[in-house]
Amino acid sequence: MNNDTIISVEGLTKRFGDFTAVDSISFQVGKGEIFGFLGANGAGKTTAMRMLCGLSMPTSGKASVAGFDIYKQTEEIKRNIGYMSQKFSLYEDLTVRENIRFYAGIYGKTNSFIKEKTAFVLKQLHLEKDADKLVRSLPLGWKQKLAFSVAIFHEPQIVFLDEPTGGVDPVTRREFWNMIYKAAEDGITVFVTTHYMDEAEYCDRVSIMVDGRIDALDTPSGLKSNLKASSMDEVFLMLARKAKRTGD
Amino acid sequence: MKQFGAFVKKEFYHILRDRRTLFILLGMPVVQIIIFGFALTNEVKNAKVLVFDNAKDVASTSIIHEIDASQYFDVQQNVTSYSQVESAFKRGAVKLAVVFPSGFNNDLEHVNKAPIQLIADASDPNTANTLINYASAIIMDYQDRITNEHRLPYTISTEMRMLYNPQLKGAYTFVPGVMAMVLMLVCTMMTAITIVREKEMGTMEVMLVSPVQPLKVVIAKAVPYLLLSMVNVASILLLSVFVLDVPIHGSLFLLVGESLLFILTCLAFGLLISTVTDSQQIAMFISLVGMFLPTIMLSGFMFPIENMPILLQVISHIIPARWFFVIVTSVMIKGLGLGAIWKETLILMGMMLFLLTLSIKKFKIRLA
Ligand SMILES: Nc1ncnc2c1ncn2[C@@H]1O[C@H](COP(=O)(O)OP(=O)(O)O)[C@@H](O)[C@H]1O
Ligand SMILES: [Mg+2]
Repeated sequence: MNNDTIISVEGLTKRFGDFTAVDSISFQVGKGEIFGFLGANGAGKTTAMRMLCGLSMPTSGKASVAGFDIYKQTEEIKRNIGYMSQKFSLYEDLTVRENIRFYAGIYGKTNSFIKEKTAFVLKQLHLEKDADKLVRSLPLGWKQKLAFSVAIFHEPQIVFLDEPTGGVDPVTRREFWNMIYKAAEDGITVFVTTHYMDEAEYCDRVSIMVDGRIDALDTPSGLKSNLKASSMDEVFLMLARKAKRTGD
Repeated sequence: MKQFGAFVKKEFYHILRDRRTLFILLGMPVVQIIIFGFALTNEVKNAKVLVFDNAKDVASTSIIHEIDASQYFDVQQNVTSYSQVESAFKRGAVKLAVVFPSGFNNDLEHVNKAPIQLIADASDPNTANTLINYASAIIMDYQDRITNEHRLPYTISTEMRMLYNPQLKGAYTFVPGVMAMVLMLVCTMMTAITIVREKEMGTMEVMLVSPVQPLKVVIAKAVPYLLLSMVNVASILLLSVFVLDVPIHGSLFLLVGESLLFILTCLAFGLLISTVTDSQQIAMFISLVGMFLPTIMLSGFMFPIENMPILLQVISHIIPARWFFVIVTSVMIKGLGLGAIWKETLILMGMMLFLLTLSIKKFKIRLA
């Protein structure tokens, strides 16, 4: 592990009863990287991510996030990460502005920081006119973009995104990925799960999870040339054919 | 503290923007009390009363007069022996008999203390209860008035006899029952549901990934419901005094304090429920079956505890509402002070602390 490693995972395992959801995975993520965490439904992506965020206790294995141990230093980890869960996680009955205000308040940001940054975020999202509308009234794509902005509002070192573009139309997905690039440019490490294979092409490196194990880990072009595949879709099909688990 | 305030504010947004639920929560006690009020007035208006006055002095005469003047009672006849009382009840000619001992006023003036006996036909226990309560209230008013006039602590003790159903004793009213029910719904059920909703929606997860202490989040969620419950307590008490004519005989301060204790107990229970489930439906189900039904069935407000099978009597001891019911009845109807209900108060306090400790312990920081 060198100085530029920000997430380091070794033999991380999670069992629910006698079912192994995450089976001894190991990988490292570098600072500023966009790391794609791919896999079919039920492969174990969410479970692995939740362990890294301190939401779920691993059964065994080691991991550190932003230099902190996931067993002992969860409080420090929490201060340094942002998280966008697989479920939509803004309050539908609060306005755009109230949601931003609330989540920013959780991280103990000062009022002046919140005010300035809120104006910036609203402008970036072109939501200035809708700032006082209830989130419920926004289209899904806008909600997801807003949720992402909220997740990185406090300027974390790493942001974990769990299927952030699920159910979103292709155009908005493009816009969403532009926002991810922007965040990466600002130095935020992005750890993103997805099952859209075209999105894998946008990542610096991708890991492909099959039945709880990581079956491949490389840059998109590396994976394609290794497996002599023409697209990530093909790569994924070749690997996923081995899967025994069916999605839930 | 500023952060906590922001959490509470957000919770108020949720509640105030869900108009329908808010309306139900605030309107429910009003509707219950009013429905009961109508049922009650229909039921006991001009109930026939028999008087057996062995004293025939100024005090007994004015009490009889006041009973007669009330819209609930109609004094039918004076009798001169217990056998006449009995035969009147047997014929079903009267619902209530008031018996004054000889030398009633004399005792009152010299030892400041005198008894009155109230006899009711308890084959209809609800009506009997209501009649006894109303008659007691009139007598209590009289006692309060002469106490004020003469600046002496007069005590008129009312001894109650429930004919044909002697097991039924004490003064039960609907008001303490409605209070227990409403507080349970608002505090236990709504608190459990609102916390579980955040789990269901995934917002709880986002908070658990943040540096904020989860317990703070949860307690902030309970604060608005505490306030809402206090509003409900106030509206129930106002309605019972001004619409049902059920006066508060004991200390209002004590009554509110005890209500607060019960509210906290309910909140703690709601918190506990929210730690064992992730589904709003299940949370609602547990609140209804685990708290609401036992409250109605076993707290003594629908069915007298003394008449229950032993097993249910034993179970009733773990129902917080049972103790709260005794407390409210004692303070509000009988006008007793903390000295008479310290035992029930301690039990409730113990339950509250137990539930709170348990739920805080169970509140998992890591979801799994
Ligand atoms: N709390 C849990 N208890 C039991 N099984 C679980 C639990 N959470 C997830 N699983 C199982 O673990 C597997 C991986 O789930 P998940 O990590 O959500 O997959 P993904 O995010 O890749 O779709 C699934 O088969 C799922 O049913
Ligand atoms: Mg998932």
